[in-house]
Amino acid sequence: MTNWSLARKKDNLHKRARIVQTIRAFFIDRDFLEVETPLRIPANAPEIHILAEPSGDWFLQTSPELCMKRLLAANYPRLFQISRCWRQQERGSRHLPEFTMLEWYQTASDYLDLMNCCEELLRALAPEGRILVQGRSINLTAPFKRLSVEQAFCQYGSSSMEQALADGSFDEQIAIQIEPHLGWTTPCFLYDYPAEMAALARKKPSDPRVAERFELYIGGLELANAFSELTDPTEQRLRFDEEEKARRTAALPPYPLPGKFLDELTYLSDCAGIALGIDRLLMLLIGTGDIRDVVAFAPEDL
Amino acid sequence: MYSCSDLKKGLKLMIDGEPHVIAQFDFSKPGKGQALYRCKLRNMITGSLFDRTYRSSESFEPASLEENKMQFLYQDETGYVFMDNRTFEQTTLTDEALGDAKYFLIDNMEVEILLFNERGIGITLPNFVELRVSKSDPWVKGDTAQGNNKPAEVETGYNLQVPSFVDEGQIIRIDTRTGEYVTRVKG
Repeated sequence: MTNWSLARKKDNLHKRARIVQTIRAFFIDRDFLEVETPLRIPANAPEIHILAEPSGDWFLQTSPELCMKRLLAANYPRLFQISRCWRQQERGSRHLPEFTMLEWYQTASDYLDLMNCCEELLRALAPEGRILVQGRSINLTAPFKRLSVEQAFCQYGSSSMEQALADGSFDEQIAIQIEPHLGWTTPCFLYDYPAEMAALARKKPSDPRVAERFELYIGGLELANAFSELTDPTEQRLRFDEEEKARRTAALPPYPLPGKFLDELTYLSDCAGIALGIDRLLMLLIGTGDIRDVVAFAPEDL
Repeated sequence: MYSCSDLKKGLKLMIDGEPHVIAQFDFSKPGKGQALYRCKLRNMITGSLFDRTYRSSESFEPASLEENKMQFLYQDETGYVFMDNRTFEQTTLTDEALGDAKYFLIDNMEVEILLFNERGIGITLPNFVELRVSKSDPWVKGDTAQGNNKPAEVETGYNLQVPSFVDEGQIIRIDTRTGEYVTRVKG
């Protein structure tokens, strides 16, 4: 007998292939260079809540971010990549430990420019101008909603953002109380995260408590994470040190620092970058709540 | 002890001295934030359901329940009646104690009855069960919302998705751990 759990995904996998082609065309038309950087690298950016998969003495990438920024610093102004990323212990209806990420970067721009680019990309991928999620129609033609993290806590949280940071309930309030409300009439940009939650983002000049970072939500699903990139090597080193300190406090194994990235950051001019989960995008465009439906094989199928 | 990475639907834990089963499970992780393990738990004694969110640092005591092999006899207004074929002792389990497992019971099926303080509070089914499709509309080509799947009901009243080629009256194999269709059975 055919394996039905594979056979049943045929339409989804065809759709996946078409969507990926549309994404490539979108960026190539806009003069972005597609690059491939190594999947196996000596060091990822140390982040307290992201566990890298060791591969010999090195690691599988948790994101192509560091190599992309090194290229950017070497005068490649517009780059994109579609690649596999690995993050240990992440498996749920919206998570796979091995997943596909789209990242794009451009110099002379900030996170607001990326918001506009996200709007254009979504409209190119769903030319009918809407996405149906759980029977609700989400309008892509109107400007997407922009909600600051601070406002989101006022509106949906059980305390203020400051209070949540102080009592350690920030992540829980975001995941349980805030996320489910976001992006149901139009997609929603949740922006300006507390600076300590954005180790690679530039602090907002007018309010250094927060960093110029946003997450894009559609139908309660977190789809993309973006920054105005931090380009100050001294501050970047300090932020990495803080993440490493937090890892040690949590009894996590130490990670090596990405030395060449830190050295070359000096040459990086103002730029912005974004990571968008291709599998989650497909969940939205195909209309499924289970990430397993949009990939041929989940780990349990192997 | 279990850690958070062991948590999944169907896992049995001791919480405040009472056995609980994870009825629904999902992993969640807000962007760059910490991992959260969201469970809907059923108290296996009282049947009550509640939500609980755990963080990766937490650990759990397994509910190691004694099991006793028994045979399913029949269902009546008191519940589902099982018999130990060696002692001929009978025990009755309620609808709530069985949960979705009630849809996979076939007359005379052998199951493991889970015991807590000598009382039956749940069952472990065989991994696969074969049931006849009692209702399923012919597949309409072009209805691609579900891919090549269509809804069906089996003889016990359980609803699931089956491939378009499965017809009413056919026997299918279902994985009782996931509740999903596996294959058609010749017969």
